[in-house]
Amino acid sequence: MNQLKKTIDTKEGVSRPKNWLKRNKAQFEILGMSLPGAILLLLFCYLPMFGIILAFKDYSPRDGILGSAWAGLSNFSYLFKSNDIFIVLRNTIGYNLVFILLGSVLNVSLALAVTSVRQKMASKFYQTVYIMPYFLSWVIISYLGLALMNVSNGFFNQSLLPAMGLNPIDWYTNPKPWPFILTFANFWKWTGYSSIIYIAAIAGIDPTYYEAATIDGATGWQKIWHITLPNLRTIFCISLITQVGGILGGDMGLFYQLPLDSGALADVTTTIPVYVFKNLTKGSASSLGISSATAFIQSVVGCILVITVNKVVDKISSGESALF
Amino acid sequence: MTAGRKMNLILNIILLLLVALCIFPVLLTLIISFSSSESITEVGYALIPKSWSLDAYKYIFADPLVIGRAYGITIFNAVAGTVIGIFVVSLYAYSLTIERYKFRKFFTYFMLVTMLFNGGMVASYIVNIQVLHLGNTIWIMILPLLFNAWNVVIMRTFIQTSVPKAVIESAKIDGATEWRVFFKIVMPMSVPGIASVSFFILLAIWNDWNLPLLYITNDKLYNLQFLLQRIMKSIEIIKNNPEYAQAAKTMTAIPTESARMALCFVALGPILIAYPFFQKYFIQGITVGSVKG
Repeated sequence: MNQLKKTIDTKEGVSRPKNWLKRNKAQFEILGMSLPGAILLLLFCYLPMFGIILAFKDYSPRDGILGSAWAGLSNFSYLFKSNDIFIVLRNTIGYNLVFILLGSVLNVSLALAVTSVRQKMASKFYQTVYIMPYFLSWVIISYLGLALMNVSNGFFNQSLLPAMGLNPIDWYTNPKPWPFILTFANFWKWTGYSSIIYIAAIAGIDPTYYEAATIDGATGWQKIWHITLPNLRTIFCISLITQVGGILGGDMGLFYQLPLDSGALADVTTTIPVYVFKNLTKGSASSLGISSATAFIQSVVGCILVITVNKVVDKISSGESALF
Repeated sequence: MTAGRKMNLILNIILLLLVALCIFPVLLTLIISFSSSESITEVGYALIPKSWSLDAYKYIFADPLVIGRAYGITIFNAVAGTVIGIFVVSLYAYSLTIERYKFRKFFTYFMLVTMLFNGGMVASYIVNIQVLHLGNTIWIMILPLLFNAWNVVIMRTFIQTSVPKAVIESAKIDGATEWRVFFKIVMPMSVPGIASVSFFILLAIWNDWNLPLLYITNDKLYNLQFLLQRIMKSIEIIKNNPEYAQAAKTMTAIPTESARMALCFVALGPILIAYPFFQKYFIQGITVGSVKG
């Protein structure tokens, strides 16, 4: 009996099954593969996207996101009435512009330097060391910072400044050096990592270009200017597009952990992510409104910027260097 | 010495100075952790301390409950997150490479949109707490970091370049289901991709302090990074309120200065040891991910 059933089953399998479910079995199988990831995206990316309407709501935890009353633009008017936002915007955009512009130069320069070293072993060694800071979290880096800048025992105040004949500095309450410290720390952590894609791109350039240039008598600098740099253009543009999209964002660890959340430094360390975080955790209804309005501006402006810059780059480079 | 050689020498000197700049803070911290407290009182955090000592490490491991638990949380998160994450990412990535898949385009855009737009910190916070009820659970430190579009793009590219289409096709002609193809062919042939993406997930989870900062108030659930952050914070509070200092001395959670740096190294150690081995895959992953999606 069983034997008979089996033969019938296989026969059915060979002929085109009438059942819709059976016919699309393979499609369901593949759908099952996409599903776990899709659910995670739905929960942790798409739900918050809809949650962005919070910026227009007077949120109360009891009523939830959908049940809370609409507040029109009042959250935004709170935000702009407090003078904080202008300092926050100045800091965020200022730091990001320096990070993007100076960073682009540093990343490409470091990649050129590392790949120009003649000893391949040395080149590998440099690269390994330079990406090490990327693997350290900002919490860890804040400990390294404390080792250097601790007021009583830190290396700067105990060893470096006395050796230079300078007076000790109260690092965590004096805001003046912080724009430089933050900029330096940012590049310390990221430059090695960000130069990786340029190093890979340089390694991928057809060596016959350089050979031909050598025969024509080109110098090292000429080769860099006429062969290497033009070949990096696409990657340069792509990284620019993604970075410009984040101009209202930023690395919260850099601005929150490294200065040890010191109130005396708030004027030079409060950027949008820190501002959003602090207002969010303050716990009052008005601060939550301010926080959600700021987060809304950050998300929307970021998205518009990426699309715009991508369009512009697309026009200029006639489709070669755009991200999408 | 020719001009080219001279340039090479200068270049090496500059690059070596940069090496020193990268290593110096880490080295200094390591040395502090091995300095005796007398040396710290006398010469501060010096590159060459007056006397060496293992006290800091003895201190930490004498009462390993707090650090041990935080270590356990971090390791659990990292292992569970990486194992689940790599399957979810690879499955999603593989499904996007199957040409006859009817939802291929849909799920590709479904993922790419998240690269362009996100709800931001506030909306995520409210959703995670109020809708998903993930506050003060271990899953809030794992689930949001498992899966992202960037890792899928990397994995998809790895699968497309390292698994020949013909191999997959012939397996299907032999009657293999998509899941069988995935486990028997795609996974074994994409080992570099798996290594690369696993390391990205592992690193994101190991180094995360952001999620516990927002969602964890139960100190039994502190991970390593967050524990370090709390310790730093409590030291700052004591420094600004000297009247607490006496009380603080009796608290085990607040170690001496060298012990603090030792703690930092205990958290950092595994990553510093692991990364040179993963570097090759790490670099491959970044390079692959930066290519036009």
